[in-house]
Amino acid sequence: MTIENLKYRFDNGTTTRGVTAIVGVLGSGNLEVLVEPAALGGACEIEVKTAANGFGAIWHAVMKDFFARHRVGDIRVSVNDAGATPAIVSLRLDQAIETYLAQGRTKK
Amino acid sequence: MSNPKQARSSYYESSARARIAGLLEPDSFHEWLPAAERVTSPHLATLEQPAAFDDGVIIGRGRIAGKNIFIAAQEGGFMGGAVGEVHGAKLAGVLERAVRDHPAAVLLLLETGGVRLQEANAGLIAVSEVMRAILAARAAGVTVIVAIGGQYGCFGGMGIAARCASAIIMSEEGRLGLSGPEVIETARGVEEYDSRDRALVWRTVGGKHRYLLGECDVIVPDSIAAFRQAVTACIDNGDDWSLAALEREHQMLAERVQRFGACKDGRDIWRELGWADPDAIAMLDNDEFVAAAHGHRAKNI
Amino acid sequence: MEWKSVVEKIFPDGHEVEQTGNLIRGYGRCGPHTAAVIGTTDHTDVGVELALAMAAAVINVIRDHPARPIVFLVDTSGQRLRHRDELLGLNGYMAHLAKCVEMARRRGHPIISLVYEQALSGGFLANGMMADVCAALPEAEIRVMGLAAMARVTRIGEERLTELSKSSPVFAPGAKNYLLMGGLDALWEGDLSLCLSAVLKNIDNTDHRRSLGYERGGRMLAYPVVQRVLASA
Repeated sequence: MTIENLKYRFDNGTTTRGVTAIVGVLGSGNLEVLVEPAALGGACEIEVKTAANGFGAIWHAVMKDFFARHRVGDIRVSVNDAGATPAIVSLRLDQAIETYLAQGRTKK
Repeated sequence: MSNPKQARSSYYESSARARIAGLLEPDSFHEWLPAAERVTSPHLATLEQPAAFDDGVIIGRGRIAGKNIFIAAQEGGFMGGAVGEVHGAKLAGVLERAVRDHPAAVLLLLETGGVRLQEANAGLIAVSEVMRAILAARAAGVTVIVAIGGQYGCFGGMGIAARCASAIIMSEEGRLGLSGPEVIETARGVEEYDSRDRALVWRTVGGKHRYLLGECDVIVPDSIAAFRQAVTACIDNGDDWSLAALEREHQMLAERVQRFGACKDGRDIWRELGWADPDAIAMLDNDEFVAAAHGHRAKNI
Repeated sequence: MEWKSVVEKIFPDGHEVEQTGNLIRGYGRCGPHTAAVIGTTDHTDVGVELALAMAAAVINVIRDHPARPIVFLVDTSGQRLRHRDELLGLNGYMAHLAKCVEMARRRGHPIISLVYEQALSGGFLANGMMADVCAALPEAEIRVMGLAAMARVTRIGEERLTELSKSSPVFAPGAKNYLLMGGLDALWEGDLSLCLSAVLKNIDNTDHRRSLGYERGGRMLAYPVVQRVLASA
């Protein structure tokens, strides 16, 4: 087994207040997603570490869709993946960003 | 008061983080070495294995029933909750901090197969350090409470560590032992222990058997709310770390070998404890079971 | 090495140690010290009866000989792998033994253990690894699992594990690896009675294994991780 490291950057997102959030578990067929605030000039940077190699194109498509849905900038998204399907990945990404934003709203 | 949505939910089905959120008072949890600090296992990286941000264990402080406690929760979904160097040090750190800070209790939500083989030596030493740290906390007057009710049970060296605590709370679905059924089947054959016979495994290491034997102190239904209630009661009960208590435990364990040493199955033990129909035990709900177990249980000290 | 030779070498000033089944117990004299001896032999596995018998031996020392040092002689193939012992709650018996050792420590008994033959996984946790100072003879075997079995369970190639084990003490069998990681205080060579008296002069009841592993370069994370937990808000 090797771990593949993938990196993506999407520019011109909207800066929205949030609080570091983690969702998901790094178990077989699953993944964990960490979303943190980061001063990136409005960009969203994503780093994926995955145990399933050779799916770079699919990851790119999933991430592009994710950014198109939320357009949140100034965040760093870190993913540890153990072979999740694209549907599960999208679901976890949405959960992570929602948790990030929700905690940002409730924080005094 | 806790988050009502999470509190009603199944302990068994919940992640370690959801268990913490459901057990503690809302917004009272403060995590130490959280995921964002990325204190991960370098040994897994060396072996090209995925490494979780928190190394499979979440630690910190929070409040339960108005009391300040320390908490650690193992995530069974990551490598079966196995203990590696970082994971073990996080557990030991919580306990050693308790010796210094004297919280009302340390709550350990254990879900683990034991030592993580990819870092076996570090894991074994870490489990030993956790055992000593649990006992050091108790010797310093801190109550240490273990909860077991997850998919992966609590096995290996951590099965020993669990029994070093002041009290154990289990659900019927929880499993507690030393060598897991698969390990024994691999070593001695399917005739010795059929790991796929779920009823047999349940009669050997399941919550109800452990309760009847006196290996766990409280049995609860599979809900986070029920675990919270039991934890609160265990905090109030406190701890008895004394030679006299150890001598009573010795007596209980000696009697257990004498009384049940020849039993081949959990049913034989339950019959010996006065259950006329051992097979009916599986059908009882938690309240019925606890009521019926009164007087038919090898009582814990 | 035979347990009798080990006892001769540690206690040249006299000893009375007997074997019953796989349990050895008694006492020995080493210079000004009289130490209780509790141990196992013949690579025995540890089931409920043996764990209970060791616990009884510890309780007897606490009751009858306050503050007397306890020397554990370790030779075990690990916890007994039987359905029957699991049914009876072997983990609870092991924990009971560990608690008895801790109680002895808290009441002022120095606890030393010596792995003189082999120490495997669960059988080692409840006594040998509970000691204030855990030592081994250089030829002793200490492990959780052999590399072949480990390769099967982890699905990592045995060749790869063997290769990695040359540069990392973290998973491969061997007393030297445990020494590097702080799991062993020292390898005892030469005059074993001198080894014991030296230890008895400096013993304390703090768990030093993490800092030893850090100083020796074999376990670089455990110590700083605990320090970080202690320093957290």
